[in-house]
Parts: sequence; C-alpha cells; structure tokens
Amino acid sequence: MTRWTPDPTFYPSPRDAAGAPAEQLAYIAAFDRSAEQPDAIAVVDTDPASASYGAVVGWTDLPHTGDEVHHFGWNACSSALCPTAPHPHVERRYLIVPGLRSSRIYVLDTKDDPRRPVLVKEIPAADLAGKAGYSRPHTIHCGPDGIYVSALGGGTAEGPGGIAVLDHTTFEVRGPWENDRGDQYLAYDFWWHLTRDVLISSEWGTPSMIEDGLVPELLLGRRYGHRLHFWDLAKRSLVQTVDLGDQYQMTLELRPAHDPRKEYGFLGVVTSVEDLSASVWVWHRGEDGQFAVTRVIDVPAEPADAADLPPALQPFGAVPPLITDIDLSVDDRFLYVSCWGTGELKQFDVSDPFHPVETGSIRLGGVVGRVPHPSFPGERLAGGPQMVEVSRDGKRVYVTNSLYGSWDDQFFPDGVGAWLAKIDVDTEHGGMTLDPRFFPHGDEFRGRRVHQVRLRGGDASSDSYCFP
Amino acid sequence: MTAGRLAVLAALGAFHGLNPAMGWLFAVARGMQEGSRPVLLRSLPPIAAGHLASVAIVAAVVSATESVVAGNVVAIAGGVVLVGFGLWRLLSARHFRWAGMRLSAAQLAGWSFLMSSAHGAGLMLLPVLATTAPAGHPAGHAAHLAAAAGPPAAALTGLAAAGVHTVAMFAVMAACALLVYEFVGLSVLRRGWFNVDKLWAAVMVAAGALTIALTA
Repeated sequence: MTRWTPDPTFYPSPRDAAGAPAEQLAYIAAFDRSAEQPDAIAVVDTDPASASYGAVVGWTDLPHTGDEVHHFGWNACSSALCPTAPHPHVERRYLIVPGLRSSRIYVLDTKDDPRRPVLVKEIPAADLAGKAGYSRPHTIHCGPDGIYVSALGGGTAEGPGGIAVLDHTTFEVRGPWENDRGDQYLAYDFWWHLTRDVLISSEWGTPSMIEDGLVPELLLGRRYGHRLHFWDLAKRSLVQTVDLGDQYQMTLELRPAHDPRKEYGFLGVVTSVEDLSASVWVWHRGEDGQFAVTRVIDVPAEPADAADLPPALQPFGAVPPLITDIDLSVDDRFLYVSCWGTGELKQFDVSDPFHPVETGSIRLGGVVGRVPHPSFPGERLAGGPQMVEVSRDGKRVYVTNSLYGSWDDQFFPDGVGAWLAKIDVDTEHGGMTLDPRFFPHGDEFRGRRVHQVRLRGGDASSDSYCFP
Repeated sequence: MTAGRLAVLAALGAFHGLNPAMGWLFAVARGMQEGSRPVLLRSLPPIAAGHLASVAIVAAVVSATESVVAGNVVAIAGGVVLVGFGLWRLLSARHFRWAGMRLSAAQLAGWSFLMSSAHGAGLMLLPVLATTAPAGHPAGHAAHLAAAAGPPAAALTGLAAAGVHTVAMFAVMAACALLVYEFVGLSVLRRGWFNVDKLWAAVMVAAGALTIALTA
C-alpha cells in the first residue's frame, strides 16, 4: 500500500538529507565462508542512548546456505522524488539482498519489526539468468524507473556481466538494462548522474577470475578490469569508455558527487601491478564534452619482512594497500578510502576534487600491523577497514573487515574474523576518532564474516537526488 | 457551454496543474539544475502543450462520437471506462516509468503527453463532455448547435473544452512552480505532497459514476 505523504526518509536534495536524524539501526551482511550455516542480515543498535548500543540486537537467517551475501540496498530511496516519474508515496522498507556466489536475490521486509527483517521474496538464480542473462548479482541502486542490479557474470556463460532491472513493486526481474553495450564485458559497480542521464560502470572480473581467489597470473597478466564505462542512462547505450592503463588493476567502487549539478565522481583502483600502490581517480566532463579520468590519490605499498607476509605476498616483500572501498559524504566534502591490506582508513577533504587533502587516518588490523581496537587492546585484528558507510549527516562512519570470502583467505590465511567499528568525524575540520563504546566483533557475529553496512533510513551510498 | 461547465473544466485544470507529477516539479528541477528562472519558465509551455494534446484527443473523440451516436451510449460507456480506469489507478501500485531528464522542448512536450495520458487526464473531463448532450437532453446552446452540425463541429467543442481546461492547468502549474522555486523551497514536498494519485483515482471513479447517473 502507498502512503498519504512521502516517505519521511526521502529528501529532495543532498542538503536536506544531510539534516536527517541520526540512524537508530544498522543492517550488516553476514556470511558463512564454509557455507555450513545460512548467511544472515545482522541488525546492530546504533543509538548511543540505548542500553544495547553497539550490540547485535537482531538477526535474520536466510533459508539457504552458500549465498555469500555481499552488497545490498533499498527498494526505494530519494530518487522517488525525481520529477520525471515521481512516486514518493512508496515506502523505503525492503532490503534487496543478492547472494554474490549463489546468484539468488532475497527481499527482506524491515517494516513491522525493524530489528527482525522478514524474508518476503526469493528470486532464484534461474530467473536472473533466464530473464536478464546475468549471474553473480552485486550492487543495488534504487532508480527512478526500477531497481538496478549489477551482475558480474553472464547467465550461462562467463560474461558479459552487466545490469539487470527489477520491478519496483513486484521485484520480478524485468530484463537486462543495456540496449547497446558496445565492447563492455567485465562488470562490477555502477552509479549515475541522474539529472545528466549518465550511468557509470566499472570492471572487476568474471566469476572464474574471482571466485576461487585472486589469480596471480591474471593480475600480473593485467587481465582484471582497468576501464570505466559511461552510458546514456535514458537510451541505455554505451557512449564512452576510458582505459586507465592496464597496470591499474580492478576499477571498483564508484562514488559520484551527490550534488545533481555536478558531474564528477571518485573511483577506487585496487592496485597497480608496477609498484603495488593503490589509487583514487576522479572522472569529470572535459571542455570537449567527453569524460576524462584523472588520478588524484596514490597510496604506496608498505615494505614488510617476508616472514610476516602470507604466501601470496611473500615474493613482493611488501603489503599492497588494496583500496577496496571508498565512500563520499552526502555533502561531497569528505572521501573515505579503505586500505584493506595495510589496515588503514583514510579521510580526505575533497572540496576540491582534483586536490584531495588528507585530514585523518585510522589503523585497524592489516596484513602485518594487526592493530587492535583501543577498547580491546589484547586482540590482534585480522582484515582491515573494508566496506565503509557514512551517515547522512556525515558525523559517523562504519567499517567492516571482510573483503570477499576466498580473497580473505589468501591475505589472512589464519582467519579474517569479523568486526564492525564506528568512527566519529569532526565534520568541521576533518579528523576521525574510533568510538570506544562501539565494536561488535568475533562471536557476536555467530561465526559469519561481515561485509556491507546499510543504515536504517538511508546513508551516503544509498540515495541519489534530483534537486540541488 | 454554460458557465457552470466552464467552471468545472477550469477546476479540473487547476487540479491537474496542482499535481507535481503533471509537470511543475519537472519545471522546477530544470530551473534549479541550471540555476535559472528563465529555464523554469521556458519549460512550462511544452508541458502545457503535451497536456493539451493528451486531453484534446479524448475530448474531441468523445464530443464527435456523441454527436452521431444515439442517446446516452457514449456517456454510459465512457462512464464505465472512467470508473474502471479510476479503480485500476486506485488499486494498482504501478507508476509511470521514465529514465531520462535532459529533454529538448519537443521531448518535454512528449513526456507531458505520455504522463497525462497514462494518468487518464482527458478522461476526467468526461462528465462535462458527455453530458453536454445532443437533442432530447437539456444541454448548453453551443453544444446543441454543434451536435446538430455534425461530428467536426462537435469535435471543435471538445477542443474548446480542452483549451479552457489547459489554460487553467497552465496557470496553476506556473504558480506552483514559481512559488516553490522562488519562495517555499523543495522541503515543502516532504510534508506537503499528499498522495495526489489516490485522490486523482477517486475523482475519476466519482466522475465516471456521476456521468452515468446524470445520463442514464
């Protein structure tokens, strides 16, 4: 049923959204690497006034095993206010949760008891393959005309990966999004500049290139994705492809400016095969109307004793930073960059996107550092800050520590564990502090590993806006 | 056409103009995107033109058909269609789908035409058009003459009705767009945008029922 007034979590502009109330709950994708127990959505209390602050207060097991839940998103968001097809009286209540390994997509209803999401629909892998020709669903974005789902693999073949569209109301797979994909083959993340009719997509690898772990021959052979694609969102066709150079392997997360008048955004690149550094790039529209992509942040590898390194890294004698997630605050001022390998979360002031200024750094875990959380100084942490989520007001940042099952095992062969840390941000001057009261970890996640965080009501990577 | 009928046509036009989904919100978005009031103002005529086209087609067809079909067949059949369409809109959760935002003036008119047609804007005028009845029923002088003159003239009456409707729609749409752009701001949408679609569908059902009641 539709509402009489717009869903209160929808905001016309990023400026309005930045004034949203603080989130009370966070949803976390939790998966069992051994595929013996079902994956789950864990619910964590984020209300500092609550007695259970920072604790897992809800848990919904999924009905199957081996899904590897990874990224997920909302059925509807602020884009429902966009003027071409406005429908703001729908509710933001369903979580669309893909299994990256199983290719199933679950729909969970959070309305009746936000702490106990209820499974209401399951889209079998065969539907995604049969109707859209895709598998390995990944990123979810609530679009103006449907729910968009990126997928890494083809339905029956390795590729091409691409984007499927789900119906807004029934969640049925409507079909593939692309009309004309040109030579695009690899897929990973996507997002858009809605008011400019531009969709951007990035490249990781096909299922065989990633599912059993990072393949060194493919990496050194520069076979992982190193391009960025720009599409016409209305015509659903590829307009332009920019190649970063094949030394830049794995163009992953895409974070466009939230301000709809702007036409730039940030891209995280996992590693350069020349020196194991990681980088962040800005895409922007040039004078000639074409998109250009410019490298604005370089994070060098950190030398280490081979004895401290997992077998996969011993030949290199260094820890690559591995930028595996980035997130941009709703006011487009701060960019958060996860260096999963070195176990560092960096904060940059990107008021001038071409000249980021580093304003903060927090170390947790890391391949060599194993830095503990200050509230549990005796526990050496594995993994590192990985998935980053920023609250709408920009004051709180949440990070989890797992990258992807088989890749966790390569970089942290003695176990990656599970932890979720919360960071308080000085939004005036920049700077970050770990919240000592908030650190659900270990057994609290019941043997699962934790990946994406979604904040109830919306967060910095869930909504897009059509008004400045 | 009597003053009462003109008033109803204008009131329905105002109602359509008030609905953010029918165009004023898009005009505001275009203005804000470019930071330019002229862009907002230039967006309004194509939106009104698309609305006019959508409404005029229905109005002309209803009026022309009515001038050649005996009795109250058009009114009753039209009323049934209207009630059905209204109920479908009321019960269906589907919404208009459209992905592009950078539109030329012609594309904007096309968008508005499709938006109005998908919402059955023209159908809502049925009580006025179909009860402007031919011989045997009490009706306005102009409509009576038009009906006597055959389908082309009757269609012109329908077009005139659509014109009156669209002028009112345009005026209200422009007022809403400017008010929000200049003074109120978009945050008003969060509280003030009540579910026009539900009311819209209810008005359709009522209009259809009224048409049948007036003519049967």
